[in-house]
Amino acid sequence: MTVVLETIDLAKRFSGIIAANNISLQIAKGARHALIGPNGAGKTTLINLLTGVLRPTGGRILLDGEDITNLPTHKRVRLGIVRTFQINQLFSELTPLETIGLAVSERRGQGLDWWRIVGSRSDLVTEVVEILERFHLTDVIDKRTAVLPYGKQRLLEIAVAIACRPRVLLLDEPAAGVPEDERHEILAAVAALPNDVSVLLIEHDMDIVFSFADRISVLVNGALFVEGSPEEVANDARVKAVYLGEEAVDA
Amino acid sequence: MTPPPSTIRAATEWLSARARWHPLEIVFWLAAFAAIYLLPDSHLILTEIAWLGLFALSLDLILGYAGIISLGHAAFFGFGAYTAALLAKHEIINEPVLALLVAGFAAMALGFVTSFLVLRGSDLTRLMVTLGVALLLRELANRYGWLTGGADGLQGVIIKPVLGMFRFDMFGHTGYIYCLTVLFFLFLIARRLVNSPFGLSLMSVKGNPLRSSAIGISVDARLVAIYTVAAGYAGIAGALLAQTTAFASLEVFSFDRSADLLLVLIIGGAGYLYGGLIGAIIFKFMQDYLSVLTPQYWPFWIGLVLVVIVLVGRDRITSWTAPFRRVAARLNWQALARRVAASSTERH
Repeated sequence: MTVVLETIDLAKRFSGIIAANNISLQIAKGARHALIGPNGAGKTTLINLLTGVLRPTGGRILLDGEDITNLPTHKRVRLGIVRTFQINQLFSELTPLETIGLAVSERRGQGLDWWRIVGSRSDLVTEVVEILERFHLTDVIDKRTAVLPYGKQRLLEIAVAIACRPRVLLLDEPAAGVPEDERHEILAAVAALPNDVSVLLIEHDMDIVFSFADRISVLVNGALFVEGSPEEVANDARVKAVYLGEEAVDA
Repeated sequence: MTPPPSTIRAATEWLSARARWHPLEIVFWLAAFAAIYLLPDSHLILTEIAWLGLFALSLDLILGYAGIISLGHAAFFGFGAYTAALLAKHEIINEPVLALLVAGFAAMALGFVTSFLVLRGSDLTRLMVTLGVALLLRELANRYGWLTGGADGLQGVIIKPVLGMFRFDMFGHTGYIYCLTVLFFLFLIARRLVNSPFGLSLMSVKGNPLRSSAIGISVDARLVAIYTVAAGYAGIAGALLAQTTAFASLEVFSFDRSADLLLVLIIGGAGYLYGGLIGAIIFKFMQDYLSVLTPQYWPFWIGLVLVVIVLVGRDRITSWTAPFRRVAARLNWQALARRVAASSTERH
């Protein structure tokens, strides 16, 4: 197993509250890794630590063995750590075409080109359209993101991340809030992610978790609680206890 | 699974749609240049409009495109004005265009240094910080009177002919042609810039800095870059004032100037480049008209106009002209939308 992303004793304290308690997590190359846990367990905090939105109060983060603990978000993205957001973070005034075009041009390091008209690189446009097709966004290519149906916005959320060519993709509840009839589109998109991309999925919906993941980590109160294959986790008495709300059993 | 060429073509046109020249834009600039021949008696006020328009364009670059609000943009305007005036007075650079460039670069340097102050914080913080910087410069200019002339202003400035050929005259003929040419040239650069990948990234930073950094954009670096460019524009606007009036005084740094500038941009609407220019035209003619009508109380009417504008565009003062612009955009883009639709049906 080749480890792509690794945390060593990663900790985050917010004045008295321990949001991440010495988490040591390894994400394998090409993994389909799920991170589950009750509300407030610190799942999103962990994503924020991994992406550099938050700075840890202790511990280290390694990408391919290189320490990236103190790199700012945008540099980590360039190295291939890309995320999606639980609550849509999109450019409401831009179209999907512009949004993906922006992500692709930034990835190529052409974001500082100020004397070139947007859309004047044909290979870039081709790549952008390919991504939009892959995520079924061609029919709304020209609409402002703000007016897109919610399901389309969720797709765009993932498409933007893919446009950054992630090596490790952190999916924060990709199907959150999506109506039942639009759900399959999101799930199909998640299932169709390229094999060489390692994925860390945060999800509450156990059907999605168990159909997707080949490895599951359970986070409780900011600490890694149990980790294993889906079978191991499903059969773990302590996990059942947590999910039945009987945390006292094991404590 | 390469997409069909028709879709690619449509997408290309869509992406570059913002950059296409609208007929109204061409009319606007033709009218501005026609005024050289058609309105010879108004060249003095038109000169003022030209440099004010450039100054407002500068504010639009940071406010309309990058979301940085400033109540101290006069800092760069004043810095450029004094630079140009001092260069001429001490005969360091006698040719106005060259002096203009130097003044612009000097203001850019100041913009770069102070840009780090506006990176963090809310709009309110930025208002206070920019205001503070302008006040600071004003007091420095006041304190070092041996250099700046202090409260009396910088006297005895003589501006040599532009390019060694065109002498400034008291009717503003040369001044207007000079200012308009500079404005047009810098407008073209700004227009190119905002329609580039860099410009798109600015809009993304303004719209959602969190996501911008999540796609690999260094938000701070982009803000520093545009703030520096805008400071250069403001400096050149100030230099134009100094050169066309052969004078610079503490008033170039004044709070009123920064506040009026915000007003000018709000009147015209931010975020489409023409707002500052249109705002400058309306503001100057309104000021001119009202100050004749009621010499003492004309600011009252300007205040009233401001209140009305803000109430009309209730949710966002920066874009009260957005509905009009959207209509114009739709007219322009409907044909493209149909083409995109056609290309996607032809595939299925």
